[in-house]
Amino acid sequence: MFTGPEIESVFAELGITHVVWIPDTAIGPWESALAGSSRLRLIRVCREGEAWPLAAGLHLGGQTPLVVMQTTGLFESGDALRNVLFDLKLPIYSLIGVRNWLVPQSRDTAKLFSEPILNAWGLDCQWIADPADKPKLAEHYRRCRAAGIPGVALMAEGAP
Amino acid sequence: MPTLNNMPVVDALQVVADLCCGNQLVVTNQGSARIWPKLRRRSLDFHYNPSTMSGAIPLALGLALAQPQREVVAVSGDGSLLMSLGSLVTVVGSGVTNLTIVLLDNGLYEVTGGQETPAARSAVDYAGLARAAGFPSTAEFRDFANWQTQAADVLALPGPRFVHLTVSTAPPDYLTSSTPPLAEQLAGLQHALSMED
Repeated sequence: MFTGPEIESVFAELGITHVVWIPDTAIGPWESALAGSSRLRLIRVCREGEAWPLAAGLHLGGQTPLVVMQTTGLFESGDALRNVLFDLKLPIYSLIGVRNWLVPQSRDTAKLFSEPILNAWGLDCQWIADPADKPKLAEHYRRCRAAGIPGVALMAEGAP
Repeated sequence: MPTLNNMPVVDALQVVADLCCGNQLVVTNQGSARIWPKLRRRSLDFHYNPSTMSGAIPLALGLALAQPQREVVAVSGDGSLLMSLGSLVTVVGSGVTNLTIVLLDNGLYEVTGGQETPAARSAVDYAGLARAAGFPSTAEFRDFANWQTQAADVLALPGPRFVHLTVSTAPPDYLTSSTPPLAEQLAGLQHALSMED
């Protein structure tokens, strides 16, 4: 969907200071652009559950973090997300890669449960399912920031 | 199960409270979030409750990365750390140097009534785990007098630092104590940080 330089440019222009992530095969190619950026910092965590409170600390400390992970990590880190977005009420934005979304015949449960679980959380979501959708990432991020709410960009991925 | 030792947890935390003043940030959670407000109250002490288990260290790491001019102390229980031992690796990998982790180890999930952790009978070498993860400065204390005497020196070692304290269980009246309301704490913390920037 996005190349590394493209996504680095989008994140930097949005004022994101830190990308807290665990990559997957679709997001992973962004690593060199994000790690080499002079405009933001890439923070690698060992487990997705660390990403949300780490982003919370960055936010409370005055920075503008973004959480990036795959849906599998979203499922794994549900309690941390719940705590940070709903107990602490922090407007942390995230970009979630949805494995196999672009494979119509796929019955991958990481794909099937992605929307239902985000709907259950009641989170404001935006699909990035096609290259034409790329501008929607920045538009949605800005809307969520203006509203002071968390948001999720769902990036459709192919097979890993 | 470590039920007898020479490190009363309240006294051990009082040492930390006495040393972590000025513009330092302190993050507590679980049992320590209930004890600390009885020892001291200030806006730069954040009692992370309700929290996500194992979240105190990552949250403190985020604060340390965001506020590199300050020292940040994370007080974690052993049960919380066991849920995310990888967070030790994340701390070192981040390159942060202004963070200290104080581990309160009593072998128990204390706030749920004192059930044993999987490590309760195996004497896990937490400081050794931190060293293996790459922490440049680690220490461990089982005796309060030693901790009281050496704490200032330990907290001045190159960061990130990891301190393993084998402590007693908390007095019941501390564990039933409530933490200050989260919204009030968050507003106070963000106000304090903005005022000092």
